[in-house]
Parts: sequence; C-alpha cells; structure tokens
Amino acid sequence: MYDVIVIGAGPAGATAALETSYGGLKTLLIDEQLEAGGQVWRARSKSIINAPKNNYSIAGDDLRSRVGAGLVNILFGVRVWQIEKANDHWTLGIQGCEEKQVKAKKLVIATGAQERVIPVPGWTLPGVFGLAGATALFKEHMIIPGRRTIVAGNGPLLFYVASEVLRLGGQVSAVVSLNSRKDWLGVLPGMLRNPSLIIQGLSWMFSLYKNRVPIYWQHAVKSIAGKSSVEGANICAVDKNWSLISQGEQYIKGESVCYGQGLMPAIEATRLAGADHHFDEKLGGWVPTLDKYGRTSVSGLYACGDNAGILGADAAPHRGGLTANAIFEDTGMSNRVDINQKAYDASIKFGLAATKLSIPRAGYESFISAETEVCRCEGISRAEIDYEIKNGSLSPDAIKSGTRCGMGPCGGRFCNESVSILTEYLTGKNRKEIGITSARPPLRPVCMDSVSNELNYNDLPIPGVSPL
Amino acid sequence: MTCTFDIAVIGGGIMGCGAALQLAGGGMNTVILEQGDIGGGASGVNAGTLSMQIKRVKLMPYAIKGHAEWESMGSSVGFKKTGGYTLAFNDREAELLNERMNMKREAGANITFIEPSKLENIEPHLTKKIVAASYCPDDGFANSSLTGQYYRNRIEEAGIHFFERYKVTGIRSTSEGYEINSGGETISARRILLACGGWMKTIAAMLGADLPIRARVNTVSVTERAPKFINSVIGHATGLLTMKQKDNGTLLIGGGWQGKGKPEDGRGNVSIDSLIPNLQLAQFVVPELSKIRIIRSWTGFESNVPDFYPLAGKLPNNDNVFILGCVRGGYTIGPYISKLMGDYILDKELELPLFDPSRKMEEGKLI
Repeated sequence: MYDVIVIGAGPAGATAALETSYGGLKTLLIDEQLEAGGQVWRARSKSIINAPKNNYSIAGDDLRSRVGAGLVNILFGVRVWQIEKANDHWTLGIQGCEEKQVKAKKLVIATGAQERVIPVPGWTLPGVFGLAGATALFKEHMIIPGRRTIVAGNGPLLFYVASEVLRLGGQVSAVVSLNSRKDWLGVLPGMLRNPSLIIQGLSWMFSLYKNRVPIYWQHAVKSIAGKSSVEGANICAVDKNWSLISQGEQYIKGESVCYGQGLMPAIEATRLAGADHHFDEKLGGWVPTLDKYGRTSVSGLYACGDNAGILGADAAPHRGGLTANAIFEDTGMSNRVDINQKAYDASIKFGLAATKLSIPRAGYESFISAETEVCRCEGISRAEIDYEIKNGSLSPDAIKSGTRCGMGPCGGRFCNESVSILTEYLTGKNRKEIGITSARPPLRPVCMDSVSNELNYNDLPIPGVSPL
Repeated sequence: MTCTFDIAVIGGGIMGCGAALQLAGGGMNTVILEQGDIGGGASGVNAGTLSMQIKRVKLMPYAIKGHAEWESMGSSVGFKKTGGYTLAFNDREAELLNERMNMKREAGANITFIEPSKLENIEPHLTKKIVAASYCPDDGFANSSLTGQYYRNRIEEAGIHFFERYKVTGIRSTSEGYEINSGGETISARRILLACGGWMKTIAAMLGADLPIRARVNTVSVTERAPKFINSVIGHATGLLTMKQKDNGTLLIGGGWQGKGKPEDGRGNVSIDSLIPNLQLAQFVVPELSKIRIIRSWTGFESNVPDFYPLAGKLPNNDNVFILGCVRGGYTIGPYISKLMGDYILDKELELPLFDPSRKMEEGKLI
C-alpha cells in the first residue's frame, strides 16, 4: 500500500510526487510514457538526444533527473485502466507491467490535457495531425509532419507549430488562424505576465515573417482535400462567432495539415474516480470541482495540472506543489512546499489569457458538414447525430446509445465535444444543461489477458447460482 | 401544470413505456415521468440476452410471450434469433444443467441437450473442456442500446406525454388522486404506476410503502471488434456468463457479476474484484479472447424481492397505485408483462395471472 499514487508524470504530477516523497510519504508515480515530462516537457528519443537544448528540453531533463534520483517509486510505460475506492484506500487496475493492481491511501490525478479537434470534411485523411500531436513529433523525434504544411486552428500553439516546422527544415504553406489580431490584442495584457514567453512568441512570429508565410487571420479550414492523403485545404473567412463565410474561398496546397482548436482538460480519470465536475469555458471546458489546493469532492482524491483546468506548463509545478501541501495537511504532517505565489499568480494570468484564445464559439457547428464523420471509430456522420437529436435524444448518453457515436475504442474522447456542440446548436441548451456522458472503465482499452493472471477454473469465485 | 392525467407512470423503461402504450391504447390519458432518458436505465444498459435457458421455470410462459414481442420489434431493436448454448465444465455443473434444463423444457422452452463433441463443428472457437451442453434454437439477443430510441418513437407516435430528467422528489395524496413533484414542478394524476426498476423502493416509500426490494448491480463489458468467434448466445450452467457477438464483431460479456453502488447514489460502479473473474470466465470459454481488448464496462441495477418473483399488481393497501418491477429476466419478459399490467389497470381480462405484491415472500434459495 502506497501513501500516495500520482497518475501522470508531467510537470504537475511529477512535482507533486517528488514533493510527497521528499516529505517522507511512500509515493508511486505512474505514466503511460517511458519517461517523465508529460507532453510539454516530453523526453527526446535516443536518435536526437544530442540535439541542441531548448527551454522545454532543459526543464524536462531537470525533472527527469530528479525523478530518476530514486526517491519516488515509478511505473513508466504503464497504463491505468480502472480506479476505484474502497473505504479508506484506492485500487488502480494497471497494465503494461507485472503488477496488475496497486493501492494507495491518497490518489493524485495529473493526466494533463487533450486536443480539441472540430471535424471538417477530410479531417480523417492521412496527413492531418493535431497541433499538440505535431509538437510531440518535434520534441521527441525532431520530425516534421510533411514537406509543406498548413497550420490551422487557434491559440498560441499555431505559431509554435508553424515556427518549429520552419526551424526543422519544412515549409509552411499558410497559417490559418481563427483568432483575429484583435483577439490577440485582447489577451496581450495577461500574456505580458510572462515576458520570456512573449519574447519566444515574437521569435515565432519573426520566423514566419522572414519565411514569408502567409497568415490568414479570422479564417478557417473549410475542408481538407486529397484522395488517399492530404493534398491541400480550402479555407475561408469566419465571422466573429467563427461561422464560415462561404464567399472568397481559397485553395492552399500542402501535404499535411496541423489542425486543432486548443486544449481541453483530460478528465476521464477524475470522473471515473467519482469526483464532481463543472463546466468552465475559461479553464477549457469540464473540470473537476476543486479547492485551491487541488482537493476534489471525494476525500483522498486530488487533481493538479491541465486536467484541473488548462493553465499551461508554467503553472503546473506550482499546482503540483500545492497538491503536495494538501496531502501533507490531510495526513497530519507539518511539511509545506514553498509556493512562489507571485510567480504562480503570473502563470495563472498567462495561462488564462492563452486559453481564452481557444474558448469555443457557436460557429464551430458550421465547420461540420452533414456528411462529415464525427465519430471516426464507428463512422458516424453529423447527419446521423442531428437526426438522433431531432428525434428526441437530448443527453450525451442517449445520443451515444441511439447512434453508437462514442462507443468505439477511443471512448468518445474525440467526438464527445462535437456531439455537445451539435446539441447546443440544435437545442439551444448550454453545455452545463447538456451534461456529459457517464464515466466508464477502462480508461484505455485493455487486453483481456493483461488484467489478470491465468485462471485455474476451479479457483473461480463462483457466487450463488441464480434461482431456479 | 394543472392538467390531471388518468395515470402517471413513474419510470420510462421497458416496463413503464410498455404499460403506458397499453394504457393509452385503452383510452387513458397517460404521462410518463423519467428521471433520466427514456430507456436509459437498466432497460438500456443490460446485456440484451433473450435466452429461454436462463429464465425461471415459473416465468417461462411469460418469457415465451416476451420473446415473441421482441421478435416482432425486429431490426428496430437489433433483434437476432441465433440459438444459444449453455455449457458445463465439471460434473457438478453438468448435473445442475441436466436438472434445470429438463424442468425448463417441461415448462415449455424448446431446450435439448447436445454432445460436446458435436459443438466443435458448430462453435469451433469454444474451449474443448466442455463436459455437457444444452441448446435452445429460440435464444438470441436484442441491442439494449436501442431501447430508448425505440420506445421514445413508440410513445411519441401514441401521443403519450413524457417528461425526461423528471426526478420525482415527493408524492402527495389529494382528494382527486396524487400530486407528483420534481423540484418545483408538479404533475397530478388519478392513478400511479410505479415502474422505476432499482429506484422502486425509494419511490414506494414516498407513498408510505415499505417493500422488501433489493438491487443487484450487474456488470456488462464490450470488446473491440473481433474476428468471428461465436455465432450463438453462449451461457454457463451457473448463469454466471452470457456472451454474444454482434454483426460488427464486438462481443458483449455479462453474467450478473456484481459491481458496487446503490440506486440512491447514482448509476453504480464496476468493481475490479468481480470484473476480473467475469473476464477470466469469458476467456476460459473462448480462449482466443485473451488477445482482444475490452473497451467498456458498466453496470445496471436489477431489482428483486426475496422470492425473486415479480411485483406486478396493486401496491399493498392502495387501490390507485400499481407497481411493476423486480421481474427476473425483465428485459425478455418486460414487453409482455407490461401489456398485462396495462390490461390489469384497465380492468380487462388477463391472459396470464400477475404477481400480487401483497403476497408473503419467502427468501428464494440460491444453490
């Protein structure tokens, strides 16, 4: 039995785990990747280990060396598939290692963010990457998604991805930004709280300018074209609500499209663990309801990092430290991690400003044409979902039952957002009223023989036979 | 709301919707009050098994009629008559199978026994460790996910009023009938039918009735799309496994393994301690499943009373409140027994008798 288990070894989770283990609590840190760092401080593959360092790799290497020092127990390359609470402790079902279950008195969930990708015709073609997915290619492998790339969507990630493609030797056909220049001006005061990132942002913009990359402000990809893989994209202007304006369509060539509309908290684990959640668009969508230390509504359950609201990498270590403090307090210990409140406040302001650029707008509905595949696991089009909603299914669970949308291996991770957007559009209800699908294990598909050791038939715990 | 309905049906599952259709057909102004989505409770999350081999002997006539109802609903509920095999893996189970299936056959189910060696050609992916097997050609399944869509269409067509997300918080008796509250909203009706599955005890308590209802928390899992492993519904002599493969390749694995939670607290939760033996048993029966992934597991509440027979009749000491639930095998039997219930409330002659909730109930034995 561990005192603390932390799921997710990004900057928030790893910080929480390091601090609780420094404080003397027996701590286990679990991550599905092979090394700590999460998405933002992702470790490099061996083939690029000697490439020049940058801010992300330096911060990540520092974190990895502290995690590697051996005080905190680690299970990397391991996936959690089930979380349940019994009286005073948590049991996690895990796969990818010899142990099948681990237990702890306190559980910290630091599962980070996931991408928001609004379907458009062609979005499932090979050559379409999520914006955050593309950053993983850069950080881990220094690979670019294709020779000529169209970068489209919103938020700061657009410009980071475009400049990285250029830096790594690719071409950028265009940056297609839903945000207008005015949107950016609106969030600048918040962003100025982190001058070093502003400087970094300016250097991204400078590289685009130097390479004469056209930037289409307040534009969207209307469709992605190609037979067997991406050949180009049709783009058009959007109005203030980000509804497509059909006149003045343009075709841009490119062999890949990096595409995404910001980040959402990855809340499957906190939901499965039974925590209360609420909708907060400023924090990226549905988030666990927390106190300022990261305590959830369930005793012994904590959340920190982007899964507790999208605030980004700078805020994450502070949030991890605060959660460690909550655990110390809840276990009756006097240790406290020093939190630099001023730096934390600044990182929150920066994070909220960056997230604001990606707050969904009503026009997303216009991106998804009737034939567009919304649920790629089950091949469900928008028309089928619209029909189900018009036929009276109003909750995400009812729509899922009636159409199979979200019943495939991804568990609705990609299509739930689109279904809510369509429900919002067709019913006029808000996201809070619409709600969210029921939480169900496993968190990731789990191979049947990996959940348990081999069965001796006579050992099966056969309860009473059903009544005759 | 000032409108007074002839009857308010609390619970929009198979039982409630089925009865409401019959009541509306008989001329009653009917309203359905559902706390979640129509067909979204146990009716929509069970494993969908339509098997005569797992029905209780005394309920067999109802199951046969219920099965016919499902068959008539056809593709709109994903009905498939595949036939089903029930398997035994040791002498004790073989004996149990023999005794039980003979009794069920006598009760009218079309059940025969089959040599395990013959099964090898019919279901080649099953384990070779089968000791005894029974077969029923009528067995099959429907897709419980489609229950809500199906009944929503039916009750809309029939012009029945229904309210979803209407969680009953109080019931008050008036001179003309009852006032049913949900938060600030009130609906009045002359009669009430309680058809709210696992939530029956709580609602009945609002009418002063203390019914000995318990809720089982049954677990169901579904796999990713797999190669064709089984053609028919596969069961286990103890009843602890049901398995079927849909046309899309996914396999549904059930068997009544118990999760955790109470209806009062939400939807219930999968428990790792019962899910694992459930999955182990499935892999034992179809060994090639071991490399297939589970993509979702969930639970549904199945209510019962000590004798494991239905509650279908008048609420004790109450002439205008009716109750329908705790039907062992409720998914199969529901579309039929709900019609009977409607007829009973309409004071029509019944094709088969119902089950008086006021009866003395002795604890049914679990062998």
